[in-house]
Amino acid sequence: MDYLPQILFAIALVAGIGYFARNVKKLMRNIKLGRDVDVSDNKSQRWKNMTMIALGQSKMVKRPIAGLLHVIVYVGFVVINIEVLEIIIDGLTGKHRIFSSAGAIYGFLIGTFEILAVLVFVSVIVFWLRRNVIKLKRFLSSEMKGWPKSDGNMILYFEMVLMTLFLVMNATDLKFQAMDSGNIISQHITPWFSNFSGHSIHLIERTAWWLHILGILIFLNYLYFSKHLHILLAFPNTYYGKLTPKGQFENNEAVTKEVKMMMDPNVDPFAAPPEDAEAAVPAKFGASDVKDLSWVNLLNAYTCTECGRCTSECPANQTGKKLSPRKIMMDTRDRLEEVGKNIDANKGEFKDDGKQLLGDYITNEELWACTSCNACVEACPVSIDPLNIIMQMRQYLVMEQSAAPMELNNMMTNIENNGAPWPYNQMDRLNWKDE
Amino acid sequence: MSELLKVPTMAEFMAAGKQPEVLFWVGCAGSFDDRAKKITKAFVKLLNKANVEFAVLGTEESCTGDPAKRSGNEFLFQMQAVTNIEVMNAYEIKKIVTACPHCFNTIKNEYPELGGNYEVMHHTQFLKSLLAEGRLTIEGGQYKGKRITFHDPCYLGRANQVYEAPRDLIRKLDAELVEMKSCKSRGLCCGAGGAQMFKEPEKGNKDVNIERTEQALETKPQIIAAGCPFCNTMMTDGVKNKEKENDIAVMDIAELIANAQDL
Repeated sequence: MDYLPQILFAIALVAGIGYFARNVKKLMRNIKLGRDVDVSDNKSQRWKNMTMIALGQSKMVKRPIAGLLHVIVYVGFVVINIEVLEIIIDGLTGKHRIFSSAGAIYGFLIGTFEILAVLVFVSVIVFWLRRNVIKLKRFLSSEMKGWPKSDGNMILYFEMVLMTLFLVMNATDLKFQAMDSGNIISQHITPWFSNFSGHSIHLIERTAWWLHILGILIFLNYLYFSKHLHILLAFPNTYYGKLTPKGQFENNEAVTKEVKMMMDPNVDPFAAPPEDAEAAVPAKFGASDVKDLSWVNLLNAYTCTECGRCTSECPANQTGKKLSPRKIMMDTRDRLEEVGKNIDANKGEFKDDGKQLLGDYITNEELWACTSCNACVEACPVSIDPLNIIMQMRQYLVMEQSAAPMELNNMMTNIENNGAPWPYNQMDRLNWKDE
Repeated sequence: MSELLKVPTMAEFMAAGKQPEVLFWVGCAGSFDDRAKKITKAFVKLLNKANVEFAVLGTEESCTGDPAKRSGNEFLFQMQAVTNIEVMNAYEIKKIVTACPHCFNTIKNEYPELGGNYEVMHHTQFLKSLLAEGRLTIEGGQYKGKRITFHDPCYLGRANQVYEAPRDLIRKLDAELVEMKSCKSRGLCCGAGGAQMFKEPEKGNKDVNIERTEQALETKPQIIAAGCPFCNTMMTDGVKNKEKENDIAVMDIAELIANAQDL
């Protein structure tokens, strides 16, 4: 017996999964570069959110057209991948369609896969048209030029090719066609090959089979370099998403300590600092680079699939300001990747590259355009929170660099001096009653 | 007019050895902004009418710190918060009502961690509860059948999921409530949040309040209802910019209800 195909298959499988695992490790290391936050609370609500939002796609369908198409591709992707299990077993054992002995059930399954494959193919074509012919505004923003645009299209081509290969593989499998069960779609494709000899058809079937599984392995490894990572990360991301009301911004604990100390009349200002003072005082307030952000912020960045719903809902963006919440997420990921590569290149140590997220990626102008209205957070179908990053970076600008716009500095001086953002005396606060 | 308003302070309650039912947190806009002061007074008239034993902090009230925090000055925010909490805890405040969604959000969500735990209500929620308890009745009066659109304040709506209380009150006026294309969870910001109120906007091709006003005008309203003093300012400016100020009034819900009762 000829074991060569099985050996080749095993090598491809191990290489494909191995390389992917290596990149997942890198991904996790990069995410862990973020500041630690405790998100171990409220597990039942978190599972519920993940089930509803990621598994149940509840927020996707808020936009019905894109939502429906996405649900088709999502369901198709999940269901058709059951077939991959058979392909892997066949590939490793040298058998052919090992599950086909299940008879009618097998026919039902493959029939379902075939219908879904066509639906996915059509949906993906519509997606492609939306990006390239209809040119929806949210796919044309400045941050979508170059790689993000080709990445988006590449994913669609991958899916078109994989679905085609799946159907061709079934259509040219004469034994499968002879079973006449489950070949709902492929039976209409088989006649296209009627001029070919039996040998050629078999060759086409084998080629389609191999390209299909190799394509899946390549696609798997493409994920790490692509916005398409969301198919995996949407799950943890919705699990770790914010549970408190959207208007509740976290209080900086380091500041709380300082304020409490200032307000405590019993504190001896000349006392020697406690042993752990070094650890208690943070290196900086707010965030200027990815390592200052929380690991959930960084997970958010890898999860973003650049759909742009956030940006299209953003009041600043709608009125022509530079701010785009999607760009905030893309910049965060790009910088994080840069930091990760730096660590790889320097034997596990980050070497200062003189760059940071603030300034080199995200400008002050973008940060100051935000109205903190939470429209971006509400719009995200996978619970990404761009506003949280914006606020941490504003905190850095104000608390570390005193770089607020002048009018805001005036406002804050007013609050400090007279307890209101305007220059009115606090003693006049009740004057309205007698006016 | 002013002698009609009963506005006792917490200090006065304390001196009398009494505790009010609720603290009315007036907020900076409600205290100092000429337009917002009218909202404050309208709400007080309703409180008086319903015989609510409320008090204000008066000169002991200070900015909640919301614009400082959203500007990035966490230190100033927490100083404000801790000071306010100290005052309110000393008075043993349990329940707070405010006509400003920014104060509402900050005190409700960001004060507890710093030691300030209160039941906090937006004035539309409070008015609705007065209605439910039969302490206040609403008649449509001059607003019967008027086309009213409601602009959701971000810090009331999306931030805290309060969408229905203000709408219920508008319906009680027998008015025709018309919704803008972006409303409730997808409501467009007026442009004032995140401390934008206090600065010039960044460079763009339009101001946010103009965009929002255009959405409001699409509904052909006679009145644009608001539930936030800052939204009120932004929408009023937007209506003026469109030279519609003679046809369309921007009014707080409390004003609508007070006017409808001829208070």
